[in-house]
Amino acid sequence: MRPLFPFPGGVHPPEHKTESNTRPIGRAPLPQRLTVPLSQHIGNPAKAVVEPGQVVLKGQIIGKADGYISTAVHAPTSGRVVAVEPRPVPHPSGLSAPCVVIESDGEDRWAERTPIDYRKLDPSEVRNRIRDMGLAGLGGAVFPSYVKLNPAPAAAIPVLVINGCECEPWITCDDVLMRERAASIVEGARIMQYLLGAREVIVAIEDNKPEAVAAMNSACRDTDFEVVVVPTLYPSGSAKQLTQLLTGREVPSGGRSTDVGVQVFNVGTAHALERAVHHGEPLISRVVTVTGNVRRPQNFEVLIGTPLAELVALAGAPKDDTSGYIMGGPMMGFDLHSDQVPVVKAMNCVIARSDTLFPPPPLPLPCIRCTRCAQVCPVRLQPQDLYWFARAKDFGRAQEHHLFDCIECGCCAYVCPSHIPLVDYYRYAKSEVWAREREKKAADRARERHEFRLQRLEREKKERAEKLAQKAAASKATAATPDPDGEAKRAAIRAAIERAKAKKAGIEPKNVDQLPPDKLREIQEIEARRAKLRQALQAPPEDTP
Amino acid sequence: MLSALLVMAGLGLFLGFALGYAAVRFHVESSPLVDKIDAILPQTQCGQCGYPGCRPYAEAIAKGEADINQCPPGGEEGIRKLAELLGVEPKPLNAAHGQPKPKSVAVIDENLCIGCTLCIQACPVDAIVGAAKQMHTVIASECTGCELCVAPCPVDCIRMVPVQETIATWKWKYPVIPLKAA
Repeated sequence: MRPLFPFPGGVHPPEHKTESNTRPIGRAPLPQRLTVPLSQHIGNPAKAVVEPGQVVLKGQIIGKADGYISTAVHAPTSGRVVAVEPRPVPHPSGLSAPCVVIESDGEDRWAERTPIDYRKLDPSEVRNRIRDMGLAGLGGAVFPSYVKLNPAPAAAIPVLVINGCECEPWITCDDVLMRERAASIVEGARIMQYLLGAREVIVAIEDNKPEAVAAMNSACRDTDFEVVVVPTLYPSGSAKQLTQLLTGREVPSGGRSTDVGVQVFNVGTAHALERAVHHGEPLISRVVTVTGNVRRPQNFEVLIGTPLAELVALAGAPKDDTSGYIMGGPMMGFDLHSDQVPVVKAMNCVIARSDTLFPPPPLPLPCIRCTRCAQVCPVRLQPQDLYWFARAKDFGRAQEHHLFDCIECGCCAYVCPSHIPLVDYYRYAKSEVWAREREKKAADRARERHEFRLQRLEREKKERAEKLAQKAAASKATAATPDPDGEAKRAAIRAAIERAKAKKAGIEPKNVDQLPPDKLREIQEIEARRAKLRQALQAPPEDTP
Repeated sequence: MLSALLVMAGLGLFLGFALGYAAVRFHVESSPLVDKIDAILPQTQCGQCGYPGCRPYAEAIAKGEADINQCPPGGEEGIRKLAELLGVEPKPLNAAHGQPKPKSVAVIDENLCIGCTLCIQACPVDAIVGAAKQMHTVIASECTGCELCVAPCPVDCIRMVPVQETIATWKWKYPVIPLKAA
């Protein structure tokens, strides 16, 4: 038996797992219209490579990875792209983000699937292929998997943990996946072990999933993988807490589990990797738990992009008093703004909420400094202090107290006797700090550009002045030295002017030759008047003062 | 007695020279206070404070020529930070210099633009690209929203458009607690 090293704190809320884990994984029918967001992972959104009107096949890339922390997005079925535009996506803000909308042709025709021969190919080539398969962590954080499969050059990752803890209440998608597809998960883990060079592979499962433990045990029989049953305690499924629980090594502040030589992958990711590597299938579907206030809670294998309303309808439609949907679990999940948002890679669970299942929290009361939050904090923070700093908008002090080590697990808010929405305060403080950092960066860039512009103007002014000075010096030089050619030229010009004058004088007006005598007389009279006037003008006026 | 005096005098001279040398050798060109003030200012370079940019305003504050409440884009928070840095009482924004507005970027109506380059010359951060008699356009990510390009445009084709919130810039709101349970 492997010794366990319990992490501090943690809570054990009512599990609510049996509602949905007693039924097998259902297959969702092909939806008519799929809305695939281009940003379903942490990092840069994928770049759309299709246009409206284009015909796509199932598994065809519709969005390419853009930058290092990014991954690809694929068409979940064959059909026609009808739009590439912002649509509502599942996000706490309820805002829209760029999506590719595909109208299914009902044929579900695959594009060419090429398995990845990961033992023959160059490791970096394998990782690029995995990136183009759109793999991202399916536990909920959706970090691009290919980045995590890239071991640091100096230190290989000695321990690989396959995370089947699924500690959050209500969610059972990993549980049923382990029960039904244990072999695939184990094969995925083997690929990960090969790519990371891990010596040890641990499959961690909470002790409230005996069926999953049995299935994984039998699938791991011919391997040296170890299935470790850990006590049911929220949040043991968090990568850092699980690392501590299994190895006793605490992840340093601001670090990752890889800093202590442990890489953690969700069982769903291992399964998706196996599908990608051995079958050439990109990540276009996932298992989602539909539970809560629905008639028949169950897990479904659903295509990414399926509208939430269609998914919920599969579970026997929501009951009449359903007041909304939660994406994720009740501890870390968030309320969805609409039931028209699509299923995304991060969606492990949808809970229909009602006032009976999730009664609205009582009115928050003042903090009484009981420190129960500090006792349950798995990161050993002082949540009550962080709360005060966030509430007072003193973000500097909050950061000094390690605000960014908070994993937002919600244990503190769960036990708070004053019902203070503590995590909301931490999220608020974090996003304010991020916004400030963005503003600071923008200001720094503006300062740089402004200074560069001033420098440029200064330089241009100097250059212009120099040029003028040069010109002035040059013209002065020409004026000082008499030019022998110049005199001849000027004489030639003078002669030409004289010639022109003489010619002009010689030419008589020709249009008066053939006029009748009375007209000629008239002209002569006018000429005489003009001559007189000219004389009068030329004579100096007599009455000049 | 004499040796003690000599030792002290010698020490004094030596340290004096050392300090004098250090003052010349490690001379700091710009005042660090100006840099600190400049770091707080929003770098819009809009000139609403009455100075031709953020740095001149920072220099004026450091010299005590300008007050700390002349920067509308910095808003109340900017004033509070300046007050904290300078050890003075914060005061409300001087309305004579304008009111804070939501962050906007300039947008050129490309159908109307005649390519006069006047806005390019006005832009303090070189965020407008274009050439004479060619259409101009604003690089939205570099625009500070200073509005300096709006006035020079002879055909009024520049509008200030408030920046829309996206998922990447969205922020969790301050938790609002209802006074009475609904």
